[in-house]
Amino acid sequence: MTNAPLIEHHVLDYPGGYTRSVGTAVSRYLTGLRDGRIIGIKIGDGRVMVPPTEYDPETGGALDEYVECGPAGTVVSWTWVSEPKAGKHHLTKPFAFALVRPDGADVPMVHVVDVAAADEMTVGMRVMPRWASERVGYVTDLEAWVPMSDGEAPTAAPANTAETSDEPVTGIAVPIRLEYEVNAGVAASKYLRGMAEGRILGQRAVDSDKVYVPPRGSDPTTGAPTEIEVEVGPNGTVTTFCVTNIPGLSELAPPVPYVSAQILLDGSNTPWLGLVQGLPVDDVRMGLRVRAVWDENLRPDARCLKWFEPNGELDAPYESYREYA
Amino acid sequence: MGSVRTAVIGVGQTRHVSARHDVSIAGLVREAALEALEDAGMDFGDIDAVVVGKAPDTFEGVIMPELYLADALGAVGKPLLRVHTAGSVGGSTAIVAAKLVMAGVHKRVLTVSFEKQSESNATWGLSVQMPFSAPLVAGAGGYFAPIIRAYMARSQAPRHIGHLVAVKDRLAALRNPKAHLHLPDIDLATVEESFLLWDPLRYLDTCPSSDGAMALVIGAEDVADAADAPAWIHGTAMRSEPTMFAGRDQVNPQAGKDCAADVYAQAGITDPRKDFDCAEVYVPFSWYEPMWLENLGFCAEGDGWKLTEAGATAPDGDIPWNPSGGVLSSNPIGASGMIRFGEAAQQVRERAGDYQVPLQTGKALGHAYGGGSQFFSMWVVGNQKPS
Amino acid sequence: MRDVGVISFAQRTAVKDRERNEVEFIIPVVQEAVAASGLGRHDIDFTISGSCDYLSGGPFTFVAGLDAAGAWPPVKESHVEMDAAWALYEAWVAIQTGEADSALIYGFGKSSLTDVHQLLTLQTDPYTVAPLWPSMVDLAALQASALLAEGDVTEADLAAVAARSRRDAQDNPYAVVSEAVDAEALLARPVTHAPLRDADIAPVTDGSAAIVIAAADVARAQCERPAWIRGIDHRIDAPHIGVRDLTASMSTQRAGEEAGALQGGFDAVELHAQFSHDEIILARALGLDAETRINPSGGALGANPLMASGLIRIGEIFRRINGGEIGRGLAHATQGPCLQQNLVCVLEGE
Repeated sequence: MTNAPLIEHHVLDYPGGYTRSVGTAVSRYLTGLRDGRIIGIKIGDGRVMVPPTEYDPETGGALDEYVECGPAGTVVSWTWVSEPKAGKHHLTKPFAFALVRPDGADVPMVHVVDVAAADEMTVGMRVMPRWASERVGYVTDLEAWVPMSDGEAPTAAPANTAETSDEPVTGIAVPIRLEYEVNAGVAASKYLRGMAEGRILGQRAVDSDKVYVPPRGSDPTTGAPTEIEVEVGPNGTVTTFCVTNIPGLSELAPPVPYVSAQILLDGSNTPWLGLVQGLPVDDVRMGLRVRAVWDENLRPDARCLKWFEPNGELDAPYESYREYA
Repeated sequence: MGSVRTAVIGVGQTRHVSARHDVSIAGLVREAALEALEDAGMDFGDIDAVVVGKAPDTFEGVIMPELYLADALGAVGKPLLRVHTAGSVGGSTAIVAAKLVMAGVHKRVLTVSFEKQSESNATWGLSVQMPFSAPLVAGAGGYFAPIIRAYMARSQAPRHIGHLVAVKDRLAALRNPKAHLHLPDIDLATVEESFLLWDPLRYLDTCPSSDGAMALVIGAEDVADAADAPAWIHGTAMRSEPTMFAGRDQVNPQAGKDCAADVYAQAGITDPRKDFDCAEVYVPFSWYEPMWLENLGFCAEGDGWKLTEAGATAPDGDIPWNPSGGVLSSNPIGASGMIRFGEAAQQVRERAGDYQVPLQTGKALGHAYGGGSQFFSMWVVGNQKPS
Repeated sequence: MRDVGVISFAQRTAVKDRERNEVEFIIPVVQEAVAASGLGRHDIDFTISGSCDYLSGGPFTFVAGLDAAGAWPPVKESHVEMDAAWALYEAWVAIQTGEADSALIYGFGKSSLTDVHQLLTLQTDPYTVAPLWPSMVDLAALQASALLAEGDVTEADLAAVAARSRRDAQDNPYAVVSEAVDAEALLARPVTHAPLRDADIAPVTDGSAAIVIAAADVARAQCERPAWIRGIDHRIDAPHIGVRDLTASMSTQRAGEEAGALQGGFDAVELHAQFSHDEIILARALGLDAETRINPSGGALGANPLMASGLIRIGEIFRRINGGEIGRGLAHATQGPCLQQNLVCVLEGE
């Protein structure tokens, strides 16, 4: 247990998804998909490209000659996704990613083909769009390309069941949820294991007497590894601070107003960022002497050092901490 | 410095607003790029290489967005570099582009920086809660406010100094049609009554969050000789130091002092207050004006606030700082540094429109910083070719 | 142009390292590369790194990397959100300006913290492609499919590349995948990302690398056998993969031309081929003949620590020139979907 790597699950997810304004060409494309049509654009070398951009893919020159393409198309290349990912892929059973060239276009587009098994996929196969019945102006309005047999005519998009305006699409929300397993690192793990014992552990640089907390594994001035552990605190001096009145976005953020301070822990040489509580925010001051307050549930987590509170000592004179503030 | 004399020959920027709902990311950067190219009398075909800068990719949720922007910026078939040095990135990016020319590698380089912050939210983007750390700081203001408090204690500056800067830069922005904030009624009382976000910083002491882009065309001597009003680059410098180490001066960082000394030496600047006609300096929180006045050697340590209080840095003062309105009036983070560099160039080109300062020495400073006041980039531009 | 030589190189790799964080991956390579350069840390004029914030899941994660770089007193420093091979390019430019005579370059990334293949979907068009979530491997497989459809290349050719890489990786202590295997045996294994098999796909790798380069006088004074950079160039293709001829790499070819790489004559070539078919496409673009020794280290199919992997290709060629094993080599780096952006570097001994 004591030496097991410290790993924490981390989610990076902007609430509600990224709010993307799409500009002229992508607006034409997404509005077209909402209408059940595939819109491309003529590029500088005369080819028709889908999806369109308002600039030439080779030269950057301006483009504005839109061309309706499809609805049928041809698979130019493909690969198979045997395990679709929930929250990312919009199809829930295995499918193909493919480059599909819509009829009337010269440049193939990246999209999906819905077939039951990989052996139904071939380069050169004819496909047609399967439109979503509820179309909102997003790339998945074209739900998937599906195989089309010889002589079959592509089916038109069904009437749109989504409640949308007739105005062109100007923006989309794109959810991006990323999950990580972040490991603390060797130096930080020692520090965090110290927390589980109610101790604050720093590290001393090899070629100076400076003590760093939290330790980063190296002396930042030289890059040389630091390995000598030193217990610091639990008392310290507020060198400077800030009273925050706007709530943080994290659910873990303290209620406002709160004081976050740079605290020079006794025995260390770098200010340590912590909360100060236990006195009215207006009474917090530079030079205030404080001590660490621990959570009852000690664990290898920086959050179990809850905050610092006044330790009753006289304020430290400015000169004693000036070089740290 | 560089073996090839180098100049800014085209400048373009978008209007900066809180949300550009009418354009894609590509549309945003193209607006700035095309304006800079037009200014230089060029099109994409004339450009040898493109250098893109922006702050973290998490802001837009696009990894290395320059890959997706390669065609929008006319970079296909060319060298394309992407710089990321935190808040200083706009300045660093301009310097990387300039060095490609100074080195003799290219003759004409387009450099573009941007942020489309409305794709997400700056406070979220700057405060992502990483594992194993406690949520202590909300946004950049929570990080910098304690450092500002330390400056106030050190310098004994009165509390209203920051508010003076907040008013001065917003009034300057009224003459800049591309500035994000236009607050014609701002005065000291308005700032003092605005919400106390991060004591001692009030709402109006802080920069806005903007969508915007900035672009420069940088040319070699023979190209610049044929251009209208080149802004010659007299020096460039970058310096970095670690975020935290024993004895670090967070208020007056050594990296900033070293960076300034380096760029001044290259450009022959001995007294910045006299030798520059103006400076465009990265001031995202009002108090950073007096702090950087000291760090950049415009006055003795401890005297920065006195210059601000005396009005020396106002557009009609003896050394105008941020006549464009500065970061306090427009802040597309990744572009903000390049806007400083570009606005300095516009001043020496006498292309700054209603916020043009009178030219005497013909030299101006562009400055950017980032991270925990640890990354610095600066250049000096002038209307005369360097000797 | 000033003559610039690579004078030292260090690397670390691991599979799913759960002990060290990113900074702890950088510390040893910087220490080792600086020590091997013979220069004191502050005799090195310029410092630059390459990394990707998104690999570690937050903004500004490169900033902590500076704690490993010995940046005090303050250093002239920059960072690219690119593979560190491009950081080396920027360092080479800095030396060309005359402002620096030497530079430390490092790259780092832990690809194992998240599903990195899926993560790199976010390099694609954010409006029309990324919302469909094709992974980096899916997009590469589309390229492989297009290459096979062209008719000149078969799955057996892909397996031959994979088998040779796995065999060569056996001699590379930094390879995370290696195996005594032949193409036939690989062909018998299942197709996992049609038309690709697992052995055709570079392993997810954590790692770091550092290199010191120096202008001629410094390089000669410090290093018995520097690897001289005779040409270096990089180019980018259009992001829309449908616009490109996926069976070719125009940007590699152009970079090769500009770097003086197309006349061949290489004793060894390190291509940043993250997929078996990448190697075939890159070799075509660079006009490499069938006898050319490609990826003696096992290449990226043996270890592919993103953001350092391209720099490692340069380091591997340096190592062989420095050791007297070869006289002339070529290194290549890539990033972006389907070989979008490519860098080519020609290196020679005296």
